[in-house]
Amino acid sequence: MTTVKLDITAEHCPMTFVKTKIQLSKLQSGDILEVLLMEGEPLQNIPKSAREQGFKVLDVSHVEGQVHKVIIEK
Amino acid sequence: MDFTEDQIQRYSRHILLQDVGVEGQEKISNGKVLIIGAGGLGAPVALYLAAAGVGTIGIIDGDVVDLSNLQRQVIHFTPDVNKSKVLSAKEKINQLNPDVKVITYHQLLTASNALEIIKEYDFVVDGTDNFPVKFLINDACVMAKKPFSHGGILRFDGQTITVVPGTACYRCVFHAPPPPNAVPTCSQAGVLGAIAGMLGTIQAAEVLKYLTGVGDLLTNRLLTFNAKTMDFRTIKVKHNSSCQVCGTHPTLSELVDYEQATCEIKQK
Repeated sequence: MTTVKLDITAEHCPMTFVKTKIQLSKLQSGDILEVLLMEGEPLQNIPKSAREQGFKVLDVSHVEGQVHKVIIEK
Repeated sequence: MDFTEDQIQRYSRHILLQDVGVEGQEKISNGKVLIIGAGGLGAPVALYLAAAGVGTIGIIDGDVVDLSNLQRQVIHFTPDVNKSKVLSAKEKINQLNPDVKVITYHQLLTASNALEIIKEYDFVVDGTDNFPVKFLINDACVMAKKPFSHGGILRFDGQTITVVPGTACYRCVFHAPPPPNAVPTCSQAGVLGAIAGMLGTIQAAEVLKYLTGVGDLLTNRLLTFNAKTMDFRTIKVKHNSSCQVCGTHPTLSELVDYEQATCEIKQK
């Protein structure tokens, strides 16, 4: 099992989830993706979209300022 | 394959789809599709497949662009009149999406070249305007075990069916071309330009579904519509065990060029 980090704090919808999906597509089942994203739209939508498309959201936490971390298992 | 940043942007709306995603877009990018006829149906098919990023698009057509084509053949523009249709189409595809490799055949599809040309492709689209070549495409695809989309339009009506090896073929349903001059061509009867787009985009969607493996293809179902009433119907059709080309004991073992339906008006 590997853990990969992805920073989408500079991206806007829908590229936030596009970039997340592209990273997830490179992982094996059971691998972990740690996504750094901004609060607001990305924080609302990324965990929701990930769940809808069959991924497991393990944790959502505040990092600093407007930045949050979402942990997704493929 | 790894998509570039530009490709990620370009195909983002496909990648977002759960059923397509990165893997589906890779299948589209690896796809090789032959479009027979760069006319009313071939134009939207070519544009949408190019936009979708189909890796290789072959286009075969022996005609040049005529002013009377522009009412519905939206891949050709006014300055293209008198240019070969395949070249005109290739230029637009290259401008729309430089990722696409375009192979042009400025010739008619015939019994002697059909198998050689279609064997290079994963899927074939019938965008032609006459019965003899529609039966030729069907027979060649059945013999070569190539999936294809049949499409036809006239006046306000359109019909389409997708054929993959083992499903009902065009000949299972329609048996043989009508006698020459029994059925009018578009140039005699006319056609509402927009229905070329309606039917061609259905065919393009079938190609993308086939390449990605998403959904249920329009197999064993003939879709017809009439644009005056905007009624769409799907008619269940069955594989015919006595079909001349795909039945239990096929009687057609070689391709034939049927007599072309002749028309008083110059074929456009």
